[in-house]
Amino acid sequence: MTTLSDPPQSSFKLSMLLNDTRYRAYTFQFIALVCVAALFAYLGSNLAQNLEDAGLTISFGFLGDPANYDINQTLIEYDNQMDHWRASLVGVLNTLLVSFLACITATVIGVFAGVLRLSNNWLVRQLMSIYVEAFRNVPVLIWIIIIFTVMTAVLPAPRAFRGEDPEASMLFGAIAFTNRGVYIPKPIFEAGGWAVMLVFLAGVVGAFAYRRYATRLLYATGKLLPMGWPALAIAFVPALLVFFALGQPISLELPELGGFNFTGGINILGSLIALWFALAIYTGAFIAENVRAGILSVSRGQSEAAASLGLRPNRIMNLVVLPQALRVIVPPLISHYLNITKNSSLAIAVGYMDLTGTLGGITLNQTGRAIESILLLMAFYLAISLTISAVMNVYNSSVSLKER
Amino acid sequence: MKKTVFLGALTVAGLAAGAASAQTLSDVQERGTLNCGVTTGLVGFAAPDANGEWDGFDVAVCRAVAAAVLQDPTAVEFVPTTGKTRFTALASGEIDMLARNTTWTFTRDVDLKFEFVGVNYYDGQGFMVPKALGVSSATELAGATVCIQTGTTTELNLADYFRRNNMEYTPVPIETNAEAQQQYLAGACDVYTTDASGLAATRAAFENPGDHVVLPEIISKEPLGPLVRHGDNEWGDVVRWTLNALIAAEEYGITSTNIEEMATNGSPEVKRILGTEDELGSKLGLDAEWARRAIAAGGNYGELFARHIGESTPIGLSRGLNAQWTDGGLLYAPPFR
Repeated sequence: MTTLSDPPQSSFKLSMLLNDTRYRAYTFQFIALVCVAALFAYLGSNLAQNLEDAGLTISFGFLGDPANYDINQTLIEYDNQMDHWRASLVGVLNTLLVSFLACITATVIGVFAGVLRLSNNWLVRQLMSIYVEAFRNVPVLIWIIIIFTVMTAVLPAPRAFRGEDPEASMLFGAIAFTNRGVYIPKPIFEAGGWAVMLVFLAGVVGAFAYRRYATRLLYATGKLLPMGWPALAIAFVPALLVFFALGQPISLELPELGGFNFTGGINILGSLIALWFALAIYTGAFIAENVRAGILSVSRGQSEAAASLGLRPNRIMNLVVLPQALRVIVPPLISHYLNITKNSSLAIAVGYMDLTGTLGGITLNQTGRAIESILLLMAFYLAISLTISAVMNVYNSSVSLKER
Repeated sequence: MKKTVFLGALTVAGLAAGAASAQTLSDVQERGTLNCGVTTGLVGFAAPDANGEWDGFDVAVCRAVAAAVLQDPTAVEFVPTTGKTRFTALASGEIDMLARNTTWTFTRDVDLKFEFVGVNYYDGQGFMVPKALGVSSATELAGATVCIQTGTTTELNLADYFRRNNMEYTPVPIETNAEAQQQYLAGACDVYTTDASGLAATRAAFENPGDHVVLPEIISKEPLGPLVRHGDNEWGDVVRWTLNALIAAEEYGITSTNIEEMATNGSPEVKRILGTEDELGSKLGLDAEWARRAIAAGGNYGELFARHIGESTPIGLSRGLNAQWTDGGLLYAPPFR
């Protein structure tokens, strides 16, 4: 026989907040939270108070005023009558452009240098370690300035291309290297030009599909289809056919010397090139070390096993070692990409108008709205960095070890 | 309830801080040095000389103020500022005054909350090009690449000028005068634009100044002058009247050599300036001989001009608009009375 009694109802008493271990942790956390909130409230109100005393009020209204200044590289339409917000966007796009170019180039350089640092060839190995040590241990600002100064000092000014017997001439009559940047031909799309582009893109997709199909076939049946030339043919032949069938709707606009500068074509600014290469070779040196670490983390047995199956060394690297090494390489790679994006703010050293140059430079200066501009600047960089992190984390989870 | 008390205390603290910012004069006297913002280096206006001493036309204004306030023209801490950092430096209190060929504009005076105390150089924006380009007028500059110091009024004038004349151009933004010079000489830009006085000073520092010409067009008004923070009128008055004393001294013929003689034998106005009649100095919170020391520090306005940027110097600027009103210029010091 049993008598069931209700379990004793715990009644909550205020003293339990301190005496009962179940609640004490919460009490202290709450106190800590209040302290932190108070600290921030103090800092915030102090800031607001001092700003008011100095006669400054936080207002973002200046973003709607005309910017009144010009920018030398604009990826979207911009003139000096557009507002400061538009100028900031031009800066954001310039930041994104140089970061994107530098990330790609740094990755390529880094992977090559990292693999070659483990080469069996003594000379190659030593050259790569010199590269890594030299570039990793000198501040990136110095590299930016060195490259920019060398470009302005060594390359000819546009006026050197002038005259009957010019001191400098264009490469293939189409590309001009000057100390103001590189002028390259610009494709002009006439009616039908976009059709050619579309066919070409479809061809590229088709080429990848073919490679996939061939790989599947190889794994399923052991039948080896040729890979290289059919893929190339699928990518290019239809596009070329359409190009000629539509009467060559894409033409090139060559840069030509007119007035003070080259006109026509696309001008890749010297400041962009300097910043791009400096960031790429500097960060490339770090990535090389990551890649080396990643490769060394793959156990030797893996490559020995692959070798015993008869795979050649570069196939071992591509098919066995690198895919496993990626698990180690990708997480630090994300932070290097973020570093490139943030280091691109050194652009002002060479007069490249990135976000720091437009919003954090000229706009800040001409409007005197320092706090608002810096806050916006922080928000922009934060957004860019978090986006890069998010994208790279998705990639990371796709290469990371699948645990089941 | 508690929060209200907390915020109330903050308000009191904030008010105290606000009051403290209005005592620049006593702060400077207590510190014993004047923090004066100058350029990072523009020969003739402000640049370190061979001995590492700052020297130049703008520097002389700092020294005159230090002489008036601290009895010692060398008691100046020079803070080099770029076009971008100068206003933050002044607004934050890092410097007490800014004497850095800064253009007096509405926005800077009203919106940025500064106080321009006068004009020590009437300037205008000009263009410099290499002679080899064969350009004789700024209207022929369509399509040119232009080096420009970022964060200056010249940047906006340039955009206005090319827009008004329907010309295209490529701006090359540059941080300091030295970098601009390097870029310009390497041919990375066709044109360098800044205040005409700055162009003259930069050109004077070239190896072959004769290979470069300053174009005749002056595209803007650039009244350059020293400035202080808004809200401390006493300090503003000290700097304003020190500058006026230098200008008035030239008008009345007070020079660094005859100053003692003028103090005893000069006209009543001269005696008031030099402190032998009336007590103008005490009204500024200074002693009677403040202006005498300021003038003795480097001479009157005309002497400073001639020594640092005048026609006998490599910079070779003529007085032009910067002559006394009696000589057809714009310099006109209000009466000392």
